[in-house]
Formats: sequence, structure tokens, C-alpha cells
Amino acid sequence: MIRPFGSDEILFLFEAARWTSVLSLAALALGGLFGLAVALARVSVSNVLRTAASGYITVVQGIPVLILLFLAYYGLSTMGFDLPPLIAASLSLGIYASGYLGDIWRGAIESVALQQWEASASLALTRGQQYRYVIIPQSVRIALPPTVGFLVQLIKNTSIVSIVGVVELTRAGQLVNNATFEPFPVFLSVAAIYFIICYPLSLIARRLEAQFNAYRAG
Amino acid sequence: MFQLQFAPALAETPALLRGFWLTIELTVAAILLGGALGLAAAMARNMGPRFVRWLVSAYVELIRNTPFLVQLYIVFFGLPSVGVRVSAIQASIIAMTINLGAYAAEIFRAGIESIHRSQIEAGASLALTRPQILVHVILAPAVSKVWPSLVSQFILIMLTSSVCSFVSVEELSGAAATIQSATFRSFEVYIIVGAVYLGFAILLKSALASVGERLFRRPGTAPRKAKLAAEPGGLR
Amino acid sequence: MPIVLVEDLRKSFGSLEVLKGISLSVERGQVVALLGRSGSGKSTLLRCLNGLETISSGRIEIGGHVMSYAPAALRALRKDVGIVFQSFNLFPHLSAAENVMLAPRVVKKTPKREARELAMEMLGKVGLIDKADVYPDQLSGGQQQRVAIARSLAMQPRVMLFDEVTSALDPELTGEVLNVMERLAAEGMTMLLVTHEMEFARRVATTTVFMYKGLVHETGSSKELFGRPSTSEFRQFLGVTSD
Ligand SMILES: Nc1ncnc2c1ncn2[C@@H]1O[C@H](COP(=O)(O)OP(=O)(O)O)[C@@H](O)[C@H]1O
Ligand SMILES: [Mg+2]
Repeated sequence: MIRPFGSDEILFLFEAARWTSVLSLAALALGGLFGLAVALARVSVSNVLRTAASGYITVVQGIPVLILLFLAYYGLSTMGFDLPPLIAASLSLGIYASGYLGDIWRGAIESVALQQWEASASLALTRGQQYRYVIIPQSVRIALPPTVGFLVQLIKNTSIVSIVGVVELTRAGQLVNNATFEPFPVFLSVAAIYFIICYPLSLIARRLEAQFNAYRAG
Repeated sequence: MFQLQFAPALAETPALLRGFWLTIELTVAAILLGGALGLAAAMARNMGPRFVRWLVSAYVELIRNTPFLVQLYIVFFGLPSVGVRVSAIQASIIAMTINLGAYAAEIFRAGIESIHRSQIEAGASLALTRPQILVHVILAPAVSKVWPSLVSQFILIMLTSSVCSFVSVEELSGAAATIQSATFRSFEVYIIVGAVYLGFAILLKSALASVGERLFRRPGTAPRKAKLAAEPGGLR
Repeated sequence: MPIVLVEDLRKSFGSLEVLKGISLSVERGQVVALLGRSGSGKSTLLRCLNGLETISSGRIEIGGHVMSYAPAALRALRKDVGIVFQSFNLFPHLSAAENVMLAPRVVKKTPKREARELAMEMLGKVGLIDKADVYPDQLSGGQQQRVAIARSLAMQPRVMLFDEVTSALDPELTGEVLNVMERLAAEGMTMLLVTHEMEFARRVATTTVFMYKGLVHETGSSKELFGRPSTSEFRQFLGVTSD
């Protein structure tokens, strides 16, 4: 039976958008955690760690999110873990995020002047203390704009997980379209909801960027 | 304990290669068309009348803040619903072009804005014509400045082409989906396909980088990267 | 017993030998001025004394520690050896007081209140109590450098190293930093300082070391050395810099 595209459908889309947010936040949390580890490994004194981290970044940035998703999904089930799609999806999006965040944060850490390392070392701080009290606080300021910018990419890429059956916003759009056969209004509405979520973040990223540049210039 | 068996997947090499070839075609088409669209959009935004500028920035913001998959659905499902028939491959190329165009426009714009007025005036004082100024004083240095960002964006659109399998385009990811359902060696299939993407990404990146070097070679401008933690024990 | 003892110190960067066998002995309370042309290895020597550069050969004993690059040993040494840089290198995200408090708090685990009191005392020494809660980018160069000195002093080091600490300052701001250093010397702090302020070196330093091409070329009490330079290189150096 064909239904018209009405307010019930719109409501359904908004409800599904909650799952988009949940997925994004889970991936951000996981990706942030892994990403920090990757960034720290990437700038560590150990050759092995640096090489491993840089290889990890190359691999994650060289493989489509969709393939990462399937690798996590089928890899885990091959190994005997049958995870619910939502978990596998969060995990693969987290890995995807860690590859990019790790790289962004490496850049931020490396952009802190060498003299900051020397000054803090000469005060007898341990390497961990140097990171915690001197380097990371300064990197955060540098890393924030591109991190927020990447969050937009991450949110958009949650649409991919519709393929493993997680009913997030895009999958909900498909379902509504299948019921209404009104692809234009349906997918334009889906796009509009993504836009409502992403555009403010884009604006914030741009604003932070401008502030940061002003701070550097002034 | 599980065991990886690559043989069944490797037996499907011809299908994988056909998929890979389609990925290459999609990518090249998107880079050429999307790159051109982006350049046109950037110029329109920089030099066009106010209304056109507004239109271009709306286009850029709308595309950059919505998922590619949804854009693809709008093209693939939406156009036929208003009587425009497109094949899945055509829809994919259209969506990839529009998508890349928006990102490329932003990148080109940044490049164009980095060109100083004084350089344009210098060009004018040398009696260059307006088109000559546009090409030699504005666009060439602008593009050379932002080439690395463009290359990253080109790689991203290549990776994004995998999403076209959602509308059953048999590019690399689509081929993988078909093969894995036939062989039941899903993990192995995706390991192989992942490796192919990775190899292609690395290849494409270095190829585009050397294209950039050819196109914009300027002696002695290679920026020296500050070495920080690279020296073991250098940061005691 | 000397508080700084350097024996046949050599340091190379790749194939470039910058320090070619430096020997030096400094007693507690001495103020040693290191002079020499740019590139003669003065900064490298100071950096070696703080373990910021690893030495190629030789031996360093400073502040009661033998130089060793094991992280814990190096930190122990650095607690007793402060260094102040030409470019201040304050932590821009911390206020003046926080800059001074950081090392006592995290390295020595001094409680916050005490650390704050210590910071105020140190800022007092450099005349900047009223700037305690100001961030580095709101301070003049001279003020920043005085905070940097206070930051080092807060660790209560036995030896202080100063590497051209006034070279990046506008001329009218060098005085305030030199005054702080002079007071510190008067209090009996052992100091090694690289400087181009000849007048200051002559007046404040007990000992002057003239470095030339990676070696100690001439050394002695400042009075003697400035009064009767014995090598032509040092004479030339004084002539060049005093005009
Ligand atoms: N990290 C380094 N790598 C390579 N060469 C260096 C490094 N640091 C200093 N040098 C070289 O060592 C020499 C002595 O430098 P420096 O100790 O800074 O001299 P000074 O402080 O007396 O001007 C110079 O030739 C300088 O170029
Ligand atoms: Mg020097």
C-alpha cells in the first residue's frame, strides 16, 4: 500500500536521526580514544611505534569506510564474535575516525614549538608530564577547528551503516521511500535533517579556525 | 580457531578486476568533471555577480553538509521520479561530480584568495590581457598552492566511489558484495578489496603528486618539514 | 669541590665537531661569563650542561650529579640545574604564576597553596608580583624573561645557566633583566651565562671564559682578562664588540 509522505514520516525520520547521533557520538568516543593513542604513537620516541602508527593512518585513510565496515563486520563474525550491527558499525566508524583524528592530532602536537619541549624538559618534567601539562593543552587549541570539521565528515559517513541494517537517518529514508514512492521529498527531507545537524558544526569549525588564526596573527 | 582461505575469492579475480576498472573510470570521470565544476564555481564565487556568489555558496554548503549517499539517492531515485531517466552509473558520475565540485570549489577559492592584489596589478602593468592575467597570475599559482589539498580530495572521492555500490553499480565494492555472497568468504574478499583500494590510493596519491610537480615546478620552494620527534631521544 | 666540572667535552653534530675538548671547573657561588663569537659553541655547551644535547665524549658533573641520559637520572640533575633561554619559552597557555608553579607542583608534588606562595615569592624576586595572573602574550619581552627566570628559580636549583637572555630584548628592556641577574649573583647563586653585555660580564662575572672555535681559548678572573687580554683573538673580540 502506498502512503503519502506526511508528518508521521517526517517524525519517523527525526527519530531515526537520534541513531545517527548515537552512532556519531559512539564513533567519536572510540575514535577519539584510539586516535589519541595513534597520535601519541606517531610522535613517540620509539621508531617501531612511529612506523606502526603511520602505517595505521595510511591504511585507514586508504580504505573506504564501507570496506572498513565490512571488514569489522565480517572479520569479527569470522573470528566467532557475533556482534549486533550497531556495535560493529560503531567500532568500524571508530576505527575510521581514529585514522583521521590521529593524523589531525599528530599535526597539532607537532606544531607546538620545539622550545616548549625543551623548556619543560629542563624543568625536569617527565615525558608524560610534558604532554599532559604543556604540549596537549597547546595542541588542543590548534586541533579543535579541524576536529570539529572532521566530526561533520563522521556524521555524514554514519549514513554508510544503513547497509548493515542499522535504522539511522538514511536507512529510515529508504524505508519511507519504499513505502511512499516519493523519493524527492523523502530524500530532500533526509538531506535537510543532516544539514540541520552538520551546518552549525561547520560554522563552529570555521569560527574556531578564524579565532585561532587571529590569535596566531595577534 | 578460524582459518583464512583466499583461494575462493582469488578465483573471482576477473570479476574483481572488472570492478576495479569501473572504480578507476568513475574516479577519473569525477576528478575531471568535478574538478572543472569546482574551478568554475570558485571563479563564479570570486568574480561573479552577487546573486551568483550567493548561489555558489549555497551549493557548496548544501553539498558539504549532507552525506554523499543521500545525494546519490536524490539523483538516482529522484531524477527518474520527475521523468529524467539515468542509469546507476550515470547517477553515480553525476553525484560524484556534484560532490567533488563543492569541495574543490572551496579549495580553489582558498587558492585564489591567497593571490595578492598587487600581483594582479603587476600583471596588468605588464600589459597582460585579462584572460592572460586570469590564467597566469591568478589560476596557475592558486592551483599550485592548493594542489596537495586537491590531491587529498581526489583520493577521498575515489574512496567515496565505493558508496555507488548502494545503487548496485558493480564497481570494486559492488563486485566484492557479489563475490562474497557467492563464495561465503566475506572476510577474505574484503581483505583483498581493502588492499586493492589501499594500493590504488597510494598509487593515485604519488601519481597526482608527481603530476603536480610537473605542472607547477618551481625550483627551491619545496618546504622543509620541521623535524620534531623524528630524532630518537631528540626531545629529552 | 667544584659544583660544575667539565672534562674534555666533545660534541659533534653529524660530521661537524662543535665542541672540541672543553674543560672547565666552577666553584659554588662563582659567576662565569662565557664569551665568544657567534658559532663558537657557547649555546651548545650550556645545552650540554642541562642534558638538552647528548655529548659525544668527555664527562660532565654538575650540581652534584654526573651527567647521564637515563631519564630518571637526567630529571634528578635538572631539578638542580636551571636554564633560561634567549627566547623565553614561557608556556603560553599558563599565566605567569602558573608558569612558575608548574614544575614545583608536578615534579616536586608541592601542594597547590604552597606552590602558589612559592611562585609569588619568586615573582617577587623578579619584581613581577602584580603580573602573577597575566598571560605571557600580555607581557613585555623583559617581563617574560623575568618570569622565565622565576620559573627556573622555583625549582631551587644549585646552578643557573643563562643563554643570551637579553639578546632578544629591545635595548631599553635589557636593564631590568640584567638587574635581576645581578641580584641573583649577589645572593650567591652559581651562574654560567652566555652574554654579549661586556660591561655586565666585566662587572658581575667573577670568571670569564673566552671560547674560540669550540675550545676554551682564554680564561681567568674577569678583572684580569678584561684588563689584560692575553690572546690576540680575545683582544680582537673585545675590540669588535665594544664599538
Ligand atoms: N642542532 C644542531 N645541529 C647541527 N648543528 C648545530 C646544532 N646546534 C648548533 N649547531 C652548530 O654548532 C655551532 C655552534 O653553535 P652554538 O653552540 O649555537 O654557537 P654559539 O651559541 O656560540 O653562537 C654552529 O656552527 C651551529 O651551526
Ligand atoms: Mg648561542
